[in-house]
Amino acid sequence: MRSKVWILATVVSALAILLSACAKPTPAPTQPPAQQPTQPPAQPPAGEKVTLIIESWRNDDLPIWQDVIIPAFEKKYPNIHVIFSPTAPADYNGVLNSKLEAGTAGDLITCRPFDASLKLYEKGYLAPLNDLPGMENFTDFAKTAWSTDDMSVTFCVPMASVIHGFFYNKEAFDKLGLQEPVTWDEFYQVLDKIKADGTYIPLVMGTADMWEAATMGFQNIGPNYWKGEEGRLALIRGEAKFTDEPYIKTWQQLARWRDYLPPGFESVKYPDAQALFTLGKGAIYPTGSWEIALFEKQASFPLGIFKPPVEKAGDQCYISDHVDIALGMNAATKHPEEARIFLSWVASAEFADLYGNALPGFFPLHSTPVELKDPLAQEFVSWRNECKSTIRNSYHILSRGEPNLENELWRVSAAVINGTMTPEQAAQEIQAGLDKWYKPRP
Amino acid sequence: MITSKSRAFPWHIVVFLAPAAIVYTLFMTYPLLDSLRLSFFAIGPDNREYFVGLHNYFLLFTDSTYAPRFVGALKNNVVFFLVHMLVQNPIGLILAALLSSEGWGRKFYRTILFMPTVLSYVIIGFIWNLILSPLWGVTESILKAIGLGALFRPWLGLESTALVTISLISVWQFVGIPMVLFYAALIGIPEELVEAARVDGATGWQIFWRVKFPLILPTVGIVGILTFVGNFNAFDLIYTIKGALAGPNFATDIMGTLFYRTFFGQQLQLGNPTMGATIAAMMFLIILSGVLIYMFLWQRRIQTIEM
Repeated sequence: MRSKVWILATVVSALAILLSACAKPTPAPTQPPAQQPTQPPAQPPAGEKVTLIIESWRNDDLPIWQDVIIPAFEKKYPNIHVIFSPTAPADYNGVLNSKLEAGTAGDLITCRPFDASLKLYEKGYLAPLNDLPGMENFTDFAKTAWSTDDMSVTFCVPMASVIHGFFYNKEAFDKLGLQEPVTWDEFYQVLDKIKADGTYIPLVMGTADMWEAATMGFQNIGPNYWKGEEGRLALIRGEAKFTDEPYIKTWQQLARWRDYLPPGFESVKYPDAQALFTLGKGAIYPTGSWEIALFEKQASFPLGIFKPPVEKAGDQCYISDHVDIALGMNAATKHPEEARIFLSWVASAEFADLYGNALPGFFPLHSTPVELKDPLAQEFVSWRNECKSTIRNSYHILSRGEPNLENELWRVSAAVINGTMTPEQAAQEIQAGLDKWYKPRP
Repeated sequence: MITSKSRAFPWHIVVFLAPAAIVYTLFMTYPLLDSLRLSFFAIGPDNREYFVGLHNYFLLFTDSTYAPRFVGALKNNVVFFLVHMLVQNPIGLILAALLSSEGWGRKFYRTILFMPTVLSYVIIGFIWNLILSPLWGVTESILKAIGLGALFRPWLGLESTALVTISLISVWQFVGIPMVLFYAALIGIPEELVEAARVDGATGWQIFWRVKFPLILPTVGIVGILTFVGNFNAFDLIYTIKGALAGPNFATDIMGTLFYRTFFGQQLQLGNPTMGATIAAMMFLIILSGVLIYMFLWQRRIQTIEM
């Protein structure tokens, strides 16, 4: 008996050593076997089919890639087979980084904008694409997000930007006789009326996943306070701080949202909120244009959108028109020729038209304007004429150090809405984190 | 001492040991040592590793970015462990005691109670997210039905309750492990000892605490150390329910999620393998010291009775 116990204890400690020390296995999503061929095939003989894998975080878009985009490409290039293999958005970067490190990542990599992809390029995981046929179709503005700081190398083909705003349930607005709010006062009057009526949840959002609070809250309504690009560049130059009034005011607005959110919003996740709104139980949903396709499919009521509110009617409005998505090539791909063929096609006007209309709400960055057929997408894009565009302030340059600004914004914005942190505390924590590593560039 | 007949080298022993030795060396010892090695390095701007000695550990304990996260994760991990020790293991013992006594439907309950243990974390996380959901969950309606609706809170989302809620979900999932271990120990106790106690006039309560419990003390130790090792390695359930940022406001961040976030990165934060290895090394040291304490303080004092 004694020896048995001893053996068991030894086994236990061996297990302890094993479990604690060796790196946890990468949570690899199901990958088609084609991704890891047992033998690296040399250049395939003509006529043999080559399979390309696309890594992406857009799991919502899987059907559109499978049924519309990829068939259109394969019809033109029958020798290339393309598989769209998405990962859940919140896991994408972590999973992708470890796949790239392990050499098991797909041939084509969907690129997050700015610092995250730049780092991948610097580490040699993304191939330079300057000489890719079709790259000339994009303006420098579109390319900035996926180029080195001196603009000498571009490493991803820009695909689309997304615009933030508020969706609303038109049926609910009609029933209660409400108008699209323009100013903050009107916004809260509308919310109060919906709340008083009681049929609908005034504002549908949860804070459990935290990124909604930062992306759909902070980055959505903030540009009107920090004056878009002006404020964003001032942060980079060190002339403005997160403890300044515009940022505090943004968090103060978020804190006011608490009274209008669904019951138990602290543990409501993003898909819960989406479902709640499309089931017609909510009135207003702060988010961005990327929801158009899903909402139009799932909601049985007419949808409307309105811009982030401004302080006074007639104020210059700013919108978050975020260059969000691009496609690059894994530098270690076994089929660089075919991958470049696909990327060239992605850089074509044909793709821009296909993508912009198959995925309304993702606005192509191609220099040839794409005629959008979806009315909501048209309305989103029309805001560009009245308002000044900016991008999310945590993506460019300011996410290059630790603590990571984007993660911190998630955390504090969710805490501000939850009521466990004041706007002032949030501002101080963010600025302190940034001051720790960031040296402003003049 | 040299034997008169020189025996042939026992090759069969080498042959029998080889598979295990090779596999363990390759997939356990080597990664462990390499991970420890990595914790003494940092990656420079040129993507090469530089030896930095104990600097990573120094950062982990003093840096204003890492230290609060490390201390927070350690504290949360201790809470996570205590909930398991104080809730899971006593319940496991009670269930085992009930199952090992006479009664109807024992096999049925034994199976049912063990079932969550064999389910995947993802399923457990999903199910409990739904059960506790303030929008679609059954918890609120059940509480309302018994007149306690006012007690309902979005427990998984509140900083004050999220960690304990997840700990209790984990207890629900793993209560089967201590249960079967205690159960196996209890049914191994010879009937004569129990009968002798009964003849001496002991009550059921006395028999359990004076006869049975001392006999299963080695198992109590094993369950304790298994819980300790499992809890300080935990990651999956919190990751499935709360994600790698272990929100709200790091309220559910434990060593495993801190390690994952640091090593693999999160959203715009890129992975930092050397700091990740440092956290992994700390997890290893914590678990190792727990196991050593168990072996030298607990196990040596336990009198194992040959039965």
